[in-house]
Amino acid sequence: MASMRKAQNNDSEKAPAWANGLKQLYDDVVEEPLPDAFKDLLAQLDSSDAAPSDGASTDKGGS
Amino acid sequence: MADKPAPPERTASEKADFKRELTEVVPHLRAFARGLCGRPDMADDLVQETMLKAWAAQARFEPGTSMRAWTFVILRNAYLTDMRRNRFRGEYDEGVAERILTAPAGQEEPIHLSDMHRALLTLPPERREALLLVGAGGFSYEEAAEICGCAIGTIKSRVGRARATLTSMLEDGDIPQRSTKDAVAHRAILTELDQVAAGNGIAAAKS
Repeated sequence: MASMRKAQNNDSEKAPAWANGLKQLYDDVVEEPLPDAFKDLLAQLDSSDAAPSDGASTDKGGS
Repeated sequence: MADKPAPPERTASEKADFKRELTEVVPHLRAFARGLCGRPDMADDLVQETMLKAWAAQARFEPGTSMRAWTFVILRNAYLTDMRRNRFRGEYDEGVAERILTAPAGQEEPIHLSDMHRALLTLPPERREALLLVGAGGFSYEEAAEICGCAIGTIKSRVGRARATLTSMLEDGDIPQRSTKDAVAHRAILTELDQVAAGNGIAAAKS
């Protein structure tokens, strides 16, 4: 997570006034506390381990 | 990454690593999704869908590569599919409506975050996502190109155009209103979407 922050270095042009706002929109969401729905889902992933390959979306490896 | 069919089984510790990394990128998935589709509820649905798909496809993830990039590809594909299916309406996030950015030096009117957000949502999807990846997510042009399945030059040009459009909208105050013009904009967006979806085979997540 540490190495993600080197954004603007590759453009030589100077950033427009709104560039900060764009990052702010993104970063605000990143920093929001994670809603419970996501924690629940992550917890469920473990228990769904028993039947991992019933392929919600995969079309190739069906057993 | 091409030739082995699909590594058979992940060990418990590999699964644990995968889950840890997936957990770490969830906030980024939410931010990317929010930027793509504007509505927090839809965005979060999209992220959950992405997490399930990523989990189901974890055998195809190469440990040591970027989980964020890998899951963004999945999210992006899910978004494109959803959008074409549901006739996505580009409503914007009311939550940011009241917020105001600090006024840039020498400029009288402060830029509103809501304007920023609205302007972003009027961009054609492929330019919006390119700008989000590079300008907000901090991906390099190379990484963004890989996520979108296109050439680096294409990403650079999309980002450049997106920036030019936003600059003219935000600095000249020429932001389309939400209601009437949106219908037109969205029709255009849907048309472009078909092109985006048709043209982009995603190497990373496909096989």
